[in-house]
Amino acid sequence: MKKKLLAILLTTAMVCSLTACGGDSAGSTADTGSNTAADTNAAAPADTNAAAPADNAADTNAAAPADNAGGSGSLTGTLNLGVIGPLTGPAALYGNAVDNGAAIAVEEINALSSDFKIELNSQDDEHDAEKSVNAYNNLKDWGAQAIVGCVTTTPCVAVSSEAYSDRMFMLTPSASATSVTEGKDNMFQLCFSDPNQGSASATYISENNLAEKVAVIYNNSDAYSTGIYQTFQAEADSIGLDVVSVTTFTDDTANDFSVQLTEAQNAEADLIFLPIYYTPASLIMQQAASMNYAPTMFGVDGMDGILSLEGFDTSLAEGVMLLTPFSADAKDDATVSFVSKYQAKAGEIPSQFAADAYDCAYAIYAALSYYADNNGGYNVDGVDYTELCEILISVFSDSNFSVDGITGAGMTWTANGEVNKAPRAVVIENGEYVGL
Amino acid sequence: MKKISKSARSSFINYGIVLIFFLFFQIMLSTGKLSNSLSGQLIPICTYVIMALALNLVVGISGELSLGHAGFMSVGAFSGVVVATALKDVITVSPIRLILAIVIGAVLAAVAGTIIGIPVLRLQGDYLAIVTLAFGEIIKNVLNCLYIGADSKGLHFSMKDGNSLNMETGGTVIINGPQGALGIQKISTFAAAIILVLIVLFIIQNLVNSRAGRAIKAIRDNRIAAESCGLNIMKYKMMAFVLSAAIAGAAGALYALNYSTVVPKKFDFNTSILVLVFVVLGGIGNLRGSMIAAAILTVLPELLRQFQDYRMLVYAIVLILVMIITNNSKAKDLLGRVGAKIFKKSAVQKG
Repeated sequence: MKKKLLAILLTTAMVCSLTACGGDSAGSTADTGSNTAADTNAAAPADTNAAAPADNAADTNAAAPADNAGGSGSLTGTLNLGVIGPLTGPAALYGNAVDNGAAIAVEEINALSSDFKIELNSQDDEHDAEKSVNAYNNLKDWGAQAIVGCVTTTPCVAVSSEAYSDRMFMLTPSASATSVTEGKDNMFQLCFSDPNQGSASATYISENNLAEKVAVIYNNSDAYSTGIYQTFQAEADSIGLDVVSVTTFTDDTANDFSVQLTEAQNAEADLIFLPIYYTPASLIMQQAASMNYAPTMFGVDGMDGILSLEGFDTSLAEGVMLLTPFSADAKDDATVSFVSKYQAKAGEIPSQFAADAYDCAYAIYAALSYYADNNGGYNVDGVDYTELCEILISVFSDSNFSVDGITGAGMTWTANGEVNKAPRAVVIENGEYVGL
Repeated sequence: MKKISKSARSSFINYGIVLIFFLFFQIMLSTGKLSNSLSGQLIPICTYVIMALALNLVVGISGELSLGHAGFMSVGAFSGVVVATALKDVITVSPIRLILAIVIGAVLAAVAGTIIGIPVLRLQGDYLAIVTLAFGEIIKNVLNCLYIGADSKGLHFSMKDGNSLNMETGGTVIINGPQGALGIQKISTFAAAIILVLIVLFIIQNLVNSRAGRAIKAIRDNRIAAESCGLNIMKYKMMAFVLSAAIAGAAGALYALNYSTVVPKKFDFNTSILVLVFVVLGGIGNLRGSMIAAAILTVLPELLRQFQDYRMLVYAIVLILVMIITNNSKAKDLLGRVGAKIFKKSAVQKG
């Protein structure tokens, strides 16, 4: 009898707890999940006679679209913008960088005018497809109208197909695989796609004569790393770059690289291409230094952030080159202001992920302003995400629409969601990223 | 009513719980009362319930500790995806494709279970746990370098890379090594998931209450005594282990076909442990408990989203508290007394 009672009690408890969550999750996330200083209740009145706030944006901020200056309509209302990324777990550095970067952009946009505000809500996905879909559904409950995310590739593939069937617009700051955008017209990338990174790296190495013999160490249990390696190898073969050693590791064996390094050393490689994330890369540098083996290390955007890794001796990263669209030491006003704001907020130099997220928020803002300009004003209050999705798709695939951001000037998008911008190589000197 | 045995009654209560769960959420779904967050979790909940039932068969009924069940889940997941994608044009009715994918996923996982079970089940206790753990990792690493593509000539396999599949133009790569399966057509449904839960419950409960089930439990309780009675230890252990692997494979196929992508990395040691946590918290050998634990613990991290970065910390604390309370006789007494008081009070009010 007692057991049966307990069973009934547990089932009811389960059912109750489930329904309870259904009811109040929207309210509670809105309270705690937002990082912005914006006050939603003070949503601006739809004042069509406002002195074109979009004009101010173009004047004061480099990230606003160039052709926004002659605005005829104004953008009003409050946009609910969701961010999905790994705020905890092994890839948390990227997620938090994106979260902070987007928050800074939103603060700036909210300060531009009293008519248009963005409310930000960041949800954690732990770099896992299942959790990421959960986070996405959570944001839908909250009332998200567009998504900046996901930060990492695998979750992004899962969420983008959900978003595709729901008709929710997504702009990812950093999920670089082609499978993210493939066949989904609602999904746009602000970062380079993997094929671009791999082939651009090979071209850069060969054009600048950085090495005679190249070794590659990549993570064959990781989609990002494998994707870049494959295009790197294909490009290297076609331009005649001599790849003398290709070795792999997996997430489970990412503690010791002496075998891979010895092989590279025996093959007399003078450059090691590392299409991997910064944590294993930092170990490779440490172990190479202890072996007295000092080739040039060449990384891609996953290497970005290595200098803010805790407990890492940054002198080991001296001379490391990486291909990234953003360098924090650039002297233009937009970058300087972003870097100082980011340092005040997070206490570290922003990585490329933070800059990408910053640009993502501005790109969405610019797209909405562009639409408002061409259609005599637009109010985003209470607009269904499906409607907003079609608008944003049409603007982003419009060839006249371009965004000047801190990760590239004149960014445009192709209809299949990939971005066009120039890659930039940076080298680490005296513990800082310096543009080449 | 008196004729129904205690075990049969318990079985029917289990079916009832599953059906009530289904009806409740189906009504909520059709009236639009259910949040997106929860409706997206219904199929994962069912998957983890099935996984917990499968593992409980090994850990609770057969008394062997397996730490590699995510491996069987991934075999089912990837074979299910291959079947569902390859037959996309041949069988256009998606429920039939789903059934086929689940069946083939279960069969291949059973094959993997047999291959692993023959050497492994001769070990006992900690050794068995460690070897199953190792096999789970082996399956994951093999899948990490497995490439499968499909074109008009049929399936192509490679262990090297996607380019060496030698496919004709227009062929699709179904499984792309560490990038996993991409572009899966989602065909899992909540109703199908519930039916699978019911079938699995039916199989396990009938096995446990059968002659074979009693033999399996006898071996768990005292191996030497069971052997001296003439029971074939290996046969019964294999029966439980392979059946459990097959069920895990079916759960894997259901899970994979609910997402548009699935990667081998998902089915690592952590997933095995997660399922083991469901089983241990729900009660080793207690099917109903592990079902309820799986459902609650799957939803719990989502309920804790308001704690933001601290939510997995809170989740861990909740786990520890549950573990302490369910294993502490004093705490149990206290809960029982509080429960009795409330029960009495309401009885008095009613009376």
